Amino acid sequence: MAYDKFTVLIDTAVPLPTENVDTDQIIPARFLKATEREGFGDNLFRDWRYDVEGNPKKEFVLNDSTYSGKILVAGKNFGSGSSREHAVWAIYDYGFRCVVSSFFADIFKNNCLNIGVLPVTVSPEFADKLFAAITADPKTEIEINLPEQKITLLSTGESESFDINEYKKSNMQNGFDDIDYLLSMSSEIDVFAASR
Amino acid sequence: MEKTTLFDKIWDSHVVRHVPAGPDVFFIDKHFIHEVTSPVAFLNLEKRGISVKYPYRTIATPDHNVPTVDQDQTIKDKLSRMQVEKLRENCKKYGIELHDLGSAHHGIVHVIGPELGVTQPGMTIVCGDSHTSTHGAFGAIAFGIGTSEVEMVLATQCIMQSKPKKMRISVEGELGKGVTSKDIILYIISKISAAGATGYFVEYAGSAIRNLSMEARMTICNMSIEMGARGGLIAPDETTFNYLKGRQYTPKGEDWEKAVAYWKTLKTDEGATFDKEYQFDAADIEPMITYGTNPGMGIKVKDRIPTTEGMEGSNKTTYLKSLDYMGFQPGEPVKGKLVDYVFVGSCTNGRIEDIRAVAEFVKGKKKADNITAWIVPGSREVEKMAHEEGLVKILEEAGFELRQPGCSACLAMNDDKIPAGKYAVSTSNRNFEGRQGPGARTMLASPLTVAAVAVTGRITDPREVFEN
Ligand code: SF4
Repeated sequence: MAYDKFTVLIDTAVPLPTENVDTDQIIPARFLKATEREGFGDNLFRDWRYDVEGNPKKEFVLNDSTYSGKILVAGKNFGSGSSREHAVWAIYDYGFRCVVSSFFADIFKNNCLNIGVLPVTVSPEFADKLFAAITADPKTEIEINLPEQKITLLSTGESESFDINEYKKSNMQNGFDDIDYLLSMSSEIDVFAASR
Repeated sequence: MEKTTLFDKIWDSHVVRHVPAGPDVFFIDKHFIHEVTSPVAFLNLEKRGISVKYPYRTIATPDHNVPTVDQDQTIKDKLSRMQVEKLRENCKKYGIELHDLGSAHHGIVHVIGPELGVTQPGMTIVCGDSHTSTHGAFGAIAFGIGTSEVEMVLATQCIMQSKPKKMRISVEGELGKGVTSKDIILYIISKISAAGATGYFVEYAGSAIRNLSMEARMTICNMSIEMGARGGLIAPDETTFNYLKGRQYTPKGEDWEKAVAYWKTLKTDEGATFDKEYQFDAADIEPMITYGTNPGMGIKVKDRIPTTEGMEGSNKTTYLKSLDYMGFQPGEPVKGKLVDYVFVGSCTNGRIEDIRAVAEFVKGKKKADNITAWIVPGSREVEKMAHEEGLVKILEEAGFELRQPGCSACLAMNDDKIPAGKYAVSTSNRNFEGRQGPGARTMLASPLTVAAVAVTGRITDPREVFEN
């Protein structure tokens, strides 16, 4: 599915330093029952965000209005566990366009790139700086520059470059997805398939 | 000639095109789908106005969300029913083979694939489920994908993938009594951590692995994802061929001979290199159990929960949060702790061998009064064999409740949920917060350990019950 183009994003961020956040936390299995890709944002981090009666848990960061923005800065090993793309849909649907972490689980990272959420891997030191800066001043802005592959903490000017493969980068910048590419080589695939 | 690994051999033979500075266009031989991660993929196909390219390369079954009682009746939960109905509709519309509820080969997708002989050495296999790695036990490259990729496979039979790095994990020697393949994999994950193999595809090797049955190998490959690996695989051998021979979808007659001849070439060359290697001694492995909220948090049943010594910052906070969720203290033993539920099932340990192991263990014994014991076969075929072999009778006499096939309490999408705060010792693969129901506390272990817990009502080393 085509998504919004991503080039440069400047915004405030929401900090979630917890490590090993798995996809069952991002979106619990019981909310995977839809047959359409809509409305998943309401259940993002459901069991951390709401108690059993459905009341918001005050201490959870998404319920804390001091923090906002399209960038989620997350702890190490974010997105481990299941392959459910619903986890990324929830993140996207909630309004995030970029997740920053010092370490991502593989499938999760792939899923992000496939639907237009940019995963930015930074060094553990830079991640710590981001957490410190955001907690000290929730209005701190971060610049994510995809063409230059650079993330900058605007308050101090500190920056770091990040990796992304050229192909995925150009997809993100143009809002294309893999299917467009694959469909364009249909006859080449047919020849290959015939040999299997 | 260049020395290559088993993984390279299969991968390289499936690359349709190398994208410059990008991923490979990777051809998929077999694609499994289920009701939860496929509906949106079909919907998007429709939106684009395209069809399924090779319907015969996809096989469907509803498993994640289905009830495990009264499967012959209409599903009560509206959303689950809708997903299952959508799957039926889509399969009919595009001509995809469906193993529906109640049919002879219905079951968890990773259990029926091998059972039917769809899974074969040298293949590439994907499914919108991370435990697709199970099929690697046959010497196939098998891994989980997201819904966008499900859509790609339906539309083009290909996905775009960068080739992962290669890791080999060797386990040499003989396993002790009461130690199973589940203990091997829980041990490995506890050693290299829940993220230790991220970015890698793992080959399992060594005498301890070669001596395992196909079922036991599947348990190991199944949990590769729990250390972050994309998948895991084991070179095919006589054990593999014997398992596959005569199954519905395996080649017959002369074709079988040809296939076996090819399959025998599927191994890592002597001297081929890996990006990372680990070696373990089978003699060091003992019955394992997890005490925290990721599968890397595992210890020997006889050991104590690690203290926070040497931990700092967010590492320590995360650790304590996890123990707090489980209601455990750093440094305390797990053995002897009271348990409320046991669950035998899932694509990790819901196969006939697992049920045999539990039945043999509990034969003539009774479950403890504080325990609710669920046993959910991985497929109809497993269920049927369990009946025919008299295992169901043994289990029911011991107080176990037999349910119908499906994922069940492995992810608790249906009604099979562990209540908040309760302890479940489970043969499944994930102990994440809320995985088996909101607030549920999951401890992962082997079928034998689960059987021992069922009988004693407490965390127990199965070897101690054997001896009595
Ligand atoms: S049994 Fe559990 S792990 Fe296996 S496919 Fe079902 S939900 Fe996934």
